[in-house]
Amino acid sequence: MSEQDDDFELSDLDDKELVEQIQDDLYDGLNDEVFEGVEILLARNWDANDILGDALVGGMKVVGEDFRDGILFVPEVLKCAGAMKQGMGLLRPILANSAIDLSLGKFVIGTVKGDIHDIGKNLVGMMLEGAGFEVIDLGINNPVENYLNAIDEHKPVVMGMSALLTTTMPYMGVVLEELDKRGMRKDFHVMVGGAPLNQEFADAIGADAYGRDAARSAEMASSHARSVKAC
Amino acid sequence: MQIKSVTFTSRPDLSAANKFSTAGNAQQGNVHQCKSQEEKSQKKLVLGCGALVYELVELIKHNPLVNQVVDLHCLPATLHNTPQLIAGEVDKFLSEKGADYAEVLVAYGDCGTAGALDTVLAKHQATRLPGAHCYEFFAGSQQYDDFMEAELGSFFLTDFLVKFFDRLVIEGLGLDRYPELKDVYFKHYTQLIYIAQTNDADLQEKAKQCAQKLGLEYRYRFVGLDGLRPVTKPIMQPSAFSNIESAFSNIEVNYV
Repeated sequence: MSEQDDDFELSDLDDKELVEQIQDDLYDGLNDEVFEGVEILLARNWDANDILGDALVGGMKVVGEDFRDGILFVPEVLKCAGAMKQGMGLLRPILANSAIDLSLGKFVIGTVKGDIHDIGKNLVGMMLEGAGFEVIDLGINNPVENYLNAIDEHKPVVMGMSALLTTTMPYMGVVLEELDKRGMRKDFHVMVGGAPLNQEFADAIGADAYGRDAARSAEMASSHARSVKAC
Repeated sequence: MQIKSVTFTSRPDLSAANKFSTAGNAQQGNVHQCKSQEEKSQKKLVLGCGALVYELVELIKHNPLVNQVVDLHCLPATLHNTPQLIAGEVDKFLSEKGADYAEVLVAYGDCGTAGALDTVLAKHQATRLPGAHCYEFFAGSQQYDDFMEAELGSFFLTDFLVKFFDRLVIEGLGLDRYPELKDVYFKHYTQLIYIAQTNDADLQEKAKQCAQKLGLEYRYRFVGLDGLRPVTKPIMQPSAFSNIESAFSNIEVNYV
């Protein structure tokens, strides 16, 4: 494709082309272009939920798959996440004021005690938000008390714990033990995730689910929340 | 003093940053020929992280007793940034060469493998250095815990990481291409601690610059080579370590 062919106005694209272009721009981490694309769709009276699902979440799914397959690496994924954040910035206030309640419920998420890493957690949080959860982000370095307090206050449908370090991931088991002791496990689902984790570890500590990446975590949480709603 | 057998793995899909040579001593390629039973019974393989190459080469080069019975091979240092690949690479190497040796020591910590490396080592009846990572076995578990207790937001550099900071940290994290990501990576870090294997003024100055690049407070702690004692045990006397540390200024290991 020539340089001339690359130079076009987003507003000249029809809706389908524009959604695809937003997905491409998100993949390339182009903040301004994603922001502009979302603005155009809103001006065309697109529903904010549709923009979120079709353009942004759709784009991030591809990013998640390519990250999993070793095509994209962490820096590129972070650029993609930054672009999605731009689009979300436009959509969030509209979604918050939406008359139709599409919320899947609350998701309490936090990095465990001793760990200050939050890149993965933030990616998951953004995907959860995109999927329709109200995300309660506890931040980093959370002792068990923080999770307990947040559960009491927010009554989440899912609670998520994140860790990047092999030295801190065992603390997830400490939190789960405390939840067991208090008989709280029946009230919500517990998901765990983080670079060094795997399904075997999640099973060993008794977590309900292991999210191997941000997109998959959001899908699993959504599936659980819908099943709860249907009951 | 000649090293009898030092090799460094390079992988075609990785950059030139993974290829090492030791000046005057390098023997690229496969030097691990099938050993006779007599030789095999005496040989020890040290399979190391490329980020420990300076220290491992020196430990062996300056100790005739060790040099005679230890073969050294280092995997690419860039595995530091992709810990999910470490166990597989170690397994691959030991499956090909491990049986040639009476003893195999893997100069890695757990290094973010979440036990996967230990599973591989059990399969090959090999051992590794104690601790979660090189920061812990160099600093010692107690001192490392003290660092983390005092300040959770501590970012560690060793001699090797200071020397190749731009390649392994800046380029490894994509900060050369996307400098705006610095805050995403480091917003919760407050200090950079250079845990030094050698007393080198130039490296200390460079480490200070690394801290400045990341916007972190600089701290320095000399920790030496104690963390690598298992490499030479029970071959070498502990007193020999001081000679090795003082000899570091002469080492020439370069990227090629």
